Amino acid sequence: MSGGATAALKGHGALISVIGDETTVTGFLLAGIGEKNAKMESNFLIVDNKTTVSTIEDAFKSFSTRDDIAVILINQFIAEEIRHLLDNYTKPIPTVLEIPSKDHPYDSAKDSILKRAKTMFSAE
Amino acid sequence: MSGKDKLDIFPTRMALTVMKARLKGAQKGHSLLKKKADALTMRFRQILGKIVEIKELMGEVMKEAAFSLAEASFVAGDFSPMVVENAQKAQLRVRAGKDNVAGVVLPVFEHFVDGNNHFELAGLGRGGRQVKGCREKYTKAVELLIELASLQTSFLTLDEVIKMTNRRVNAIEHVIIPRIENTVAYINSELDERDREEFFRLKKIQAKKKKLNAEREEMAMARLAELGVSDFGELQDRERASAAAAVTGGGLNDDADDQDLLF
Repeated sequence: MSGGATAALKGHGALISVIGDETTVTGFLLAGIGEKNAKMESNFLIVDNKTTVSTIEDAFKSFSTRDDIAVILINQFIAEEIRHLLDNYTKPIPTVLEIPSKDHPYDSAKDSILKRAKTMFSAE
Repeated sequence: MSGKDKLDIFPTRMALTVMKARLKGAQKGHSLLKKKADALTMRFRQILGKIVEIKELMGEVMKEAAFSLAEASFVAGDFSPMVVENAQKAQLRVRAGKDNVAGVVLPVFEHFVDGNNHFELAGLGRGGRQVKGCREKYTKAVELLIELASLQTSFLTLDEVIKMTNRRVNAIEHVIIPRIENTVAYINSELDERDREEFFRLKKIQAKKKKLNAEREEMAMARLAELGVSDFGELQDRERASAAAAVTGGGLNDDADDQDLLF
């Protein structure tokens, strides 16, 4: 576990980041998880039909390496676009959680984490 | 031919006891590790079950939350840009506590509110109730998601630890213990062979000594027969001994021939 993340986790708390469509992100920001730090870096990314896959990839990479982020929420349909990154992602912190969006209900068959869990089960 | 894999040590009895002690230690370690792996696997399955359960629940909760957002937008207008603009400092954060399972430290997230929510006063213009409802729904969703995140990190950490523990168990079972057993067998065989050699050597020496003694007695008997003593049994034992000694060259106590030394 990275020392930085645990330091933030023990101190004043680490952030929850969001990569989602406008509805999702607005909702979560309303709940109070949004933050923009001094360098104008935010912990959320609003994805619409104009957003490129590389933007999403960059956001994911930066969130997953930042010290002060402990959780990454990502809409499942967006997760599909960066499935290759998620399947290779093995760090326990920050945790990646796939959440459904308004138009795409939750599909457990596509969840990276559960897929890995299923393979573990069959290996037992 | 390398044959059996064993440790290279000099085969002595001391080494044997040391090896036996090590074998015992390895076996104990193996059973302990196995127990640990079993306990962790049990906890692992538990967590997995919970994760699946909560993920389904989360699907429902998110749907509701999205609905309420749609409702609120309908009444209060599209407040998304304003929300995004005003997101400067996060009030809802996560803190990590530690949980200990069979010696493994697992992180546990708990949500932590740091200051007042900025959007307390949002939507006072129109649709304040809906906005407030929406906010509460999303806050609940976040709490649920934090719990889920907790479970997920524990899950992933446990997975790593279980794999490592199983690796160690297998290593002890298939490499370390056979190696020590082979070493013990080797030492035993070497010691046995040494004993056999000793035994054989002793036997050989005994046989030789016996032969030598038999030869001497024969010679003594022959000489005495020459000297005219027919019945050996008449002689005193001492005389017999000195006669035999005289024939064979004498011992230290034989002073029959010694002359007195006069200074």
